[in-house]
Amino acid sequence: MISLADLAAIREKMKDKVVIREGSAQTRVVVGMATCGIAAGARPVLNAFSEGVNKEGLTDKITVTQTGCIGICQYEPVVEIYEDGKDKTTYVKLTAEKAERIIKEHLIGGKVVAEYTIGAIEK
Amino acid sequence: MVRTHVLICGGTGCSSSKSEEIMSVMEAEIAAKGLSDEVKVVKTGCFGLCALGPIMIVYPEGTFYHSVEVSDVAEIVEEHFLKGRPVERKVYHEQNDADVHHATSLSETSFYKKQKRVALRNCGVINPEIIDEYIANDGYQALGKVLTEMTPEQVIDTILASGLRGRGGAGFPTGKKWQLARILVPDADQKFVCCNADEGDPGAFMDRSILEGDPHAVIEAMAIAGYAIGANQGYVYVRAEYPIAIKRLQIAIDQAKEYGLLGDNIFGTGFSFDLKIRFGAGAFVCGEETALMTSIEGNRGEPRPRPPFPAVKGLFGKPTVLNNVETYANIPQIILKGVDWFTSMGTETSKGTKVFALGGKIQNTGLVEVPMGTTLREVIYDIGGGIPNGKKFKAAQTGGPSGGCITAENLDVPIDFENLMAIGSMMGSGGLIVMDEDSCMVDIARFFLEFTVDESCGKCTPCRVGTKRMLELLDKIIEGNGTLEDIDKLEELANYIKSASLCGLGQTAPNPVLSTLRYFRDEYIAHVVDKKCPAGVCKNLMQYKIVEDKCKGCTLCARKCPVNAISGTVKNPHVIDPAKCIKCGVCISSCKFGAIIKE
Repeated sequence: MISLADLAAIREKMKDKVVIREGSAQTRVVVGMATCGIAAGARPVLNAFSEGVNKEGLTDKITVTQTGCIGICQYEPVVEIYEDGKDKTTYVKLTAEKAERIIKEHLIGGKVVAEYTIGAIEK
Repeated sequence: MVRTHVLICGGTGCSSSKSEEIMSVMEAEIAAKGLSDEVKVVKTGCFGLCALGPIMIVYPEGTFYHSVEVSDVAEIVEEHFLKGRPVERKVYHEQNDADVHHATSLSETSFYKKQKRVALRNCGVINPEIIDEYIANDGYQALGKVLTEMTPEQVIDTILASGLRGRGGAGFPTGKKWQLARILVPDADQKFVCCNADEGDPGAFMDRSILEGDPHAVIEAMAIAGYAIGANQGYVYVRAEYPIAIKRLQIAIDQAKEYGLLGDNIFGTGFSFDLKIRFGAGAFVCGEETALMTSIEGNRGEPRPRPPFPAVKGLFGKPTVLNNVETYANIPQIILKGVDWFTSMGTETSKGTKVFALGGKIQNTGLVEVPMGTTLREVIYDIGGGIPNGKKFKAAQTGGPSGGCITAENLDVPIDFENLMAIGSMMGSGGLIVMDEDSCMVDIARFFLEFTVDESCGKCTPCRVGTKRMLELLDKIIEGNGTLEDIDKLEELANYIKSASLCGLGQTAPNPVLSTLRYFRDEYIAHVVDKKCPAGVCKNLMQYKIVEDKCKGCTLCARKCPVNAISGTVKNPHVIDPAKCIKCGVCISSCKFGAIIKE
């Protein structure tokens, strides 16, 4: 027999796993996963983002998803972050380590990691 | 780390178009691509858009795939799951404006936009075979709240105040039913809670979909009802031809027992409740409450006179509450979200939502849930996508064989219990069959009456003999032998049967005839006076003819005719012999010049 507290615990544990199906998150992290992106190492980046977002308990606010070729193949792996009411941020040449920093500073801290953005590279 | 959930419909509709096989092939493909840790396949209940099955939704984006075939799976896994490019040709496009609007997400489609899913809230969202997913969506919280914070009286008061009415057809206030079962026999040693899942209306399948997609909601609600009236035993009466629903319900009951959410001393509160499934053999009359309980008792499913009502003498002679599946599915959310939330939906007398099963001549065949007070026009045109092939709407039948038709002039009547009664139809269980200009209303009335004649249990004379006589009169009219007196006789007989039958089956059996007589009397008159079927359905009242000017003498129809009724020589107009013609219509569909007509 489970108690009310047990019920609440199951609910909390499972909530993160089904919240993805609500599609209600406001911020979207989009990873370029075309042939160019995958070849450049987009997969570990994608995994780093989805694991990090889950670990920080942000699955109800942030969606991690893939997209096709963004068109700037020389800069892959490319990740774009869409936030409500803000300009889109485009990060380029990412790695799993860089992704962790973006999660901490940008997604949690709200401050764009300028040195990884396309603007920093192009200059 | 799972980043993508693939929800595949495991309802009866999509299962029959191989969704189970798609699921297993997909899991294999995902494993082959090394994505098993990232992409999870989830079997869910019905999404509602059955016409486009098998349905598949990919989250977090919400990409909505339809008509998926086993051969599409590899491509979807490779392109979408691996590379992030949805397979466009399988993504749902709005029917009406495929060029302009391009809906990829489920909630963006006009089919879902106007819906309000309360009873169906978990259908197509959770895996019904995993209790933890139900719990994640607030499952069993309502039971916990009821058992630890509320008295039975408070539960009943809440349901009363919500204005929830029975979704099985008659619309009796659910709170009132519970209250009567609680107070009428104060010294009862045993009470029962029953669930009517004997869904019998042709075309209605919302109860099946709820049991398949969210069985725990029904279990939780029945336990709440048990607490409210003081019962510790429940029965779900479900027809045996719903194997998937039965299987998932049994899995759900077993899981709930394992967690102690059914059984003794639930949540340590001292309240005990157990649940059993009883199979129905498919008799329509067993959806009637007294017949249903007689059947659970192990006897032949026949109704008995009321009073005594089930609240006094129900199952095994004990006070019993019997509610419909959809009614129960509303209960946990009323408890959790409150009376104000529930009463904010609906009309003055009918609160909440209603699920309708759309069928017949409609684009989006399937299951929809709308707030009470939505108009039929919104349901048929905005959600249902309108009538296929540019045909004109003629009428919609609600309430199945117990209901009546709604005509074009009543399309804008807000749907609720009272309004439907006023225009000669009824809510019923929520079957909604749409008819276009090619439907003959006399034929439709005959179809439903034939159903009730078959399903009459035979216990009382008005229903057993009366409906049979009505059917004979209708046959006479359809065959072209009817008279104006037959129409009057039909109407008179219908009214006698309505007032004299024992149970709801007989009392409502004449409704389709009465309502078609009310709105389409001219069609009946055309059948008996002009000996014509205006819609060209009744075979005895029409003939196939070849228009001489249009016939090129290609001989195609003559070669296709299965009974050699067409004669003529090459390049000369052909002729149909009415004595031989069986009116199968093969000639019309084969003629390339539109030279053959029905009249």
